[in-house]
Amino acid sequence: MGVAVTTSPRQAPRVAPGSTTESRLALAEFLLAVDERGACARRAVDWLAEQGARQAACLAVDPELRKVMPLAGRGLPEARLARLVVDLDDRHHTLAAALVARRPLTLHAGASRLLDLPLKGDAALVMPLLGAVGKEEAPAGLLIVSPPRVPLLHDARWLAELLGHRLARIARQALQADNERRLIREQMLLNAVGDPIILTDAEGRMLMANSQAERLLSSREGESVGRRRALALNNMLFSSALAHAAFHQGTASRRELLLVDPEEGSDLLFEMVSTVVADAREGSGIVSVLRNVTDLRRATEQIDENYRRIRVAEAEARSERDRLDLIIDSVADPILLTDPSGAIVMMNAPAERLFTAARDAPADTAKRVQANDAHFTSFVSNLFFLDEGTRRRGELGLVDPQTGAVLPVEAISGKILSEHGEVTGVVTILHDRTEAVEKTLLYEELKRASERLEERVREATAELVTQNELLRRQRIQLEQASALKSQFLANMSHEFRTPLNAILGYTSLLLHGVSGELSGQQQRDLTLVDSNARHLLSIINDILDISRIEAGRMPVRRSRFALGALLKEVVAELEPLIARSRLSLRKEISASLPPLWADRAKVKQIVLNLLTNALKFTPEGSVTLHASIRKGAGEATIVVTDTGIGIAPEDQHKIFEDFRQADSSPGRQYGGAGLGLSICRRLAEMMGGRIVLTSAPGKGSRFSLVLPLARRPR
Amino acid sequence: MKAGPRKTGAGPRKAARRRGAAEGEAPVVLVVDDFEDNRALYVRFLGFSGFQVAEAADGHEALVKARELQPELIVMDLSLPGLDGWEATRRLKADPRTRDTIVIALTGHALTGHEEGARAAGCDAFLTKPCLPETLVDEVRRLLGTPSQGKSGR
Repeated sequence: MGVAVTTSPRQAPRVAPGSTTESRLALAEFLLAVDERGACARRAVDWLAEQGARQAACLAVDPELRKVMPLAGRGLPEARLARLVVDLDDRHHTLAAALVARRPLTLHAGASRLLDLPLKGDAALVMPLLGAVGKEEAPAGLLIVSPPRVPLLHDARWLAELLGHRLARIARQALQADNERRLIREQMLLNAVGDPIILTDAEGRMLMANSQAERLLSSREGESVGRRRALALNNMLFSSALAHAAFHQGTASRRELLLVDPEEGSDLLFEMVSTVVADAREGSGIVSVLRNVTDLRRATEQIDENYRRIRVAEAEARSERDRLDLIIDSVADPILLTDPSGAIVMMNAPAERLFTAARDAPADTAKRVQANDAHFTSFVSNLFFLDEGTRRRGELGLVDPQTGAVLPVEAISGKILSEHGEVTGVVTILHDRTEAVEKTLLYEELKRASERLEERVREATAELVTQNELLRRQRIQLEQASALKSQFLANMSHEFRTPLNAILGYTSLLLHGVSGELSGQQQRDLTLVDSNARHLLSIINDILDISRIEAGRMPVRRSRFALGALLKEVVAELEPLIARSRLSLRKEISASLPPLWADRAKVKQIVLNLLTNALKFTPEGSVTLHASIRKGAGEATIVVTDTGIGIAPEDQHKIFEDFRQADSSPGRQYGGAGLGLSICRRLAEMMGGRIVLTSAPGKGSRFSLVLPLARRPR
Repeated sequence: MKAGPRKTGAGPRKAARRRGAAEGEAPVVLVVDDFEDNRALYVRFLGFSGFQVAEAADGHEALVKARELQPELIVMDLSLPGLDGWEATRRLKADPRTRDTIVIALTGHALTGHEEGARAAGCDAFLTKPCLPETLVDEVRRLLGTPSQGKSGR
C-alpha cells in the first residue's frame, strides 16, 4: 500500500510531558460528566488543538452498522470529514485494519492523501479507541491527530485511553436505555391488547405474558386459596391445550380452551390461536392469543336453542293439525263447522257427500244438496239466534243426494265460544239414525230369542238338577249296596266256614280211624266228601278275597324272596294234580334269577292259580312254567303256557271279570266259581304288575305275570 | 288262607314243659268254642292224639276252668257269647296263675285285623277255620315242644 506503518509501545506515560496535569484533569472531569458522545468528541479534538494539534478528528464505532462514523473534527473540511465512513469489515482499509489490530498507526506525509483522508497530505497518528465490554476490550472508535510530534503524541495516547472507555460506556448506556424503552413500549403494546397473549418456549414454559394473561395464569404473593387453585387449574388447562395443539407449517393452531375466572369463579371460554415463532438466537417458541368467546358461545347456544324450540313447536303444531284432520276425516259421521254468519267453514268427507255436489252432477242431486243445506242452515241458525244454551240436539230430515233416499239424522250442535264468551262458530255432528233404527229392531228380536233360550235353559237346568239328585241318591244307594255286599260276603264266609269246619273236621276224624276202622268203600266215599268240602272251601276263600280287595282290606306286604324257591314250592303243592292229569310239566326257570321284592303270598297265589287253570283246561299235551328277568324293562316275567283248549279273542277280556268263565252255559265242562283270574288280575295290579294273555281257540293259552323288579337297596 | 304261628314267647313254653315233665302226665289242653260240634271234634281228636282235654263254651267258663285246671295250652275261639276270646285271653295273660299258659286263637273270621287283635290280646298263635283237627294237633305239639307220636297224619 506504500504506507509506512510504525508501531509504538502501548503503555501511555502516567504524566504526559506535553499538557499540564490541570488541563488533563479538567478534560477528564468534563468527559466523565457528559453523557453524549458528540460532545465528548468535540471537547476531545478541541483539547488536542489546545495542545498544539493542527488537525484532529474523532470517529466512533457504530456496533449495529459495523461502521466507523465521524463524530467531530478540528482543522478539517467538514464535508470531507462527514464522508469519512469506514466499513469495519473492510480489511484492506488501513483505518479498519488499525482498529481491528488495536494498534496505533503513524501515517507519513502523503499516505493520508492516498487514503483520501482529509489531512491535506500531512503526516498523522491514528489511535484506536478501545472500551471495556464486560472483561474484554472492544473497538470503540479512532482518534486521528496531526502532526505526530512529541509531546502531542503523548497527549493523544493519554486521551485515546480515556476517550475509548468513555465512548464505549456512553454507547452501552445508550443501548441499554434504548432496550428498556423498547421493552416498555412492547409491554404497553401487549397490555393494550384486550386478549390474553402468552409466549411459551418449545417445552411449554411461559416466557412472557401480557397483563390479561397474567390475571388468568400468574399468581402473586398473598393471594386467596380459591384464586391460587383457579390459577393452578388454568395453568394446567392451558398447558394441556398447548400440548395437544397441532401445529402445521405456517398456520396457526385453533382450539377451544375453557378457563376459570380467578375473581368471579365463572367459566370463561376462549378460542386459543397458537402460532410457532422462531428466532435464530432465542430458538422457537409459541405465541398463544386467547380470544374470549364466552359471550359469543352463549349467544350462539341461545340462538340454536331458540331455533330448535321454534322447530319443535312448528312440528307439534303441524302434527296436531294433521291429527285433528285425520280424526275428523276418520269419523264416519258428518261433521260441519259454521261461522257466526251461518256459512259452512269446514266439513269432513262424509259431510261433503251430503252438502256438496259436483259441477257436472245431475240436476236432482244439486236440488237435494240445496234442500239439505236449507234444513241444516235453519237448524244451526236456531242455535245462533233463538237458543240460550250452548248445545242443541234435534232430528233433521235429510236425503241422500245420490239416491234420494230419506236419511233420518240426529244433529248435535255446540257453540264455540271465544275467551270473552262471544260465539265464534258452531260445530255440528250429524248421526245417521238408519242403522240405529235397524239395530233397535234387531235388538228386540234378539231379546225375544234370548228370552226363549233362557226359558229353555231354565227348564233344562231344572231337569238336570232333578237328574243329578236322582243320580246322587242312586250313587249313595249303590255305595251302600256295595258296602252291604262286602259286609254280607264277609259275614257269609264266616257263617259258611263254621259248618264247613265241622264237615271237614269230622270227615278227617273218620278217615283217621278215630271212630274205628273203615271199610274200603267207606274210605272212598269219605274221601269224596272230603274233596268236595275242600272245593267248597276254596270257593268261599275266593269270595272272601274278592270282598277283602273291594273293601280295601287286602294290604300288600312286600318282602325280599327267591322266585325260584317259590316256584318249586308251587310245583310241589300241585304234584298230586300234575300226577293225575298225565300232562308233562316243563320248567324253564333261569338259575340266575335275582331276588324279588314283592308280596310273596300274593305272587304264590297268582302262580298257583295260573298253573292250576292250565292243568285244568288242558286235556292233553304239556304245560310250561317259565321265569325270566328283563333288566332293561326292569321287569320279572313268569309265564304259564299250555296246549289246552285256548280262549276266543272276544272272551279274552271276560275271563278277568268277576264270576266269569269263557263258557258260562249251565252245561259247561269245567267247574269253579270263575273268580280265580279276577283275583289274580287284582293282586298283580296291587303290586304294580299285570297279567298278559295271548291265546287262540284250540292252540292253547299263554298267561304272563309281569312284575316290576325290586328298587329297594340291599 | 292259612296263618300259622311264627313266633312264640319263650317263657310260657319252658314253664309248660317243666311242669309236664315233673308230673310225668300227658299235657292238659283246654278247648274253648261256643259251637258244640266243633268243640267236640277238637276234644275227641286231641284225646285221640294223647292229650288230657277239658272244654269250655264261653269266656267266663274258660277263665274258671283255666284257673282250676292250670292247663298247659288253651285253644281259644275268638267269637264267643258274653266274654269274647280276645278279652278272655287278656285276662288270662294278666293273671299270674294263668300267665304262662299258651293260647292258640282259632277263628272263622279270616279278615285282616283279627290276627293282629289276637296277638295284641296276648295269644301265642293264630289259626283260621276251617282248621283240620290234625293241623291243630300239629300246632299244639309244636308249641308244647312234644314230638309227634306217630298216630296223626295220613
